Amino acid sequence: MAMPQEQLREYLVNAFPDAVIQIKELAGDNDHYVATVTSRAFIGKTRIEQHKMVYDALDGHMGTRLHALSLKTKVPSEE
Amino acid sequence: MSQIFEEIRNDLASNDVVLYMKGNETMPMCGFSSAVVQILKTLSVAFKAIDVMKSEELREGIKTFTNWPTIPQLYIKGEFIGGCDIVREMYQDGELQALLEAKGIPHTGK
Repeated sequence: MAMPQEQLREYLVNAFPDAVIQIKELAGDNDHYVATVTSRAFIGKTRIEQHKMVYDALDGHMGTRLHALSLKTKVPSEE
Repeated sequence: MSQIFEEIRNDLASNDVVLYMKGNETMPMCGFSSAVVQILKTLSVAFKAIDVMKSEELREGIKTFTNWPTIPQLYIKGEFIGGCDIVREMYQDGELQALLEAKGIPHTGK
């Protein structure tokens, strides 16, 4: 019931190629992460939709293999 | 599964604010559930807490019903608001307080 950080990152990179992804491991047990995903794919989506997109990218592992992922989704700021 | 959906629909229809969580409001069994309870208490919002650990069927049923893979899940007036991360973000931005206001639910947030 855990997922190495590299694998988590790989799922996210595959689903959101443009994204800036920050992952922080909280407990050193491959199971408690904080992730911030910043991608243009989230433009025009509600927060629920954005989080749903990330969960979908994790291919059914969210809530099963991956127990505790605290998630923040962002749209890149226009500069 | 249809029976559990019926139960969920009934709970959502008869309570303005429903929190599906692990444990109960006095003894949450998970940090994410606990965080949402704290926010609702801080805003003095009356809510019905439903402990999903009491039934495997409900625990899986609510995930399917909402199409959301994790617990806790907060509903306001029958509408899914989000899990812990979203609720916390909405609270910090004042959006949750605005939503409660708009839905006419008593609270002490500004």
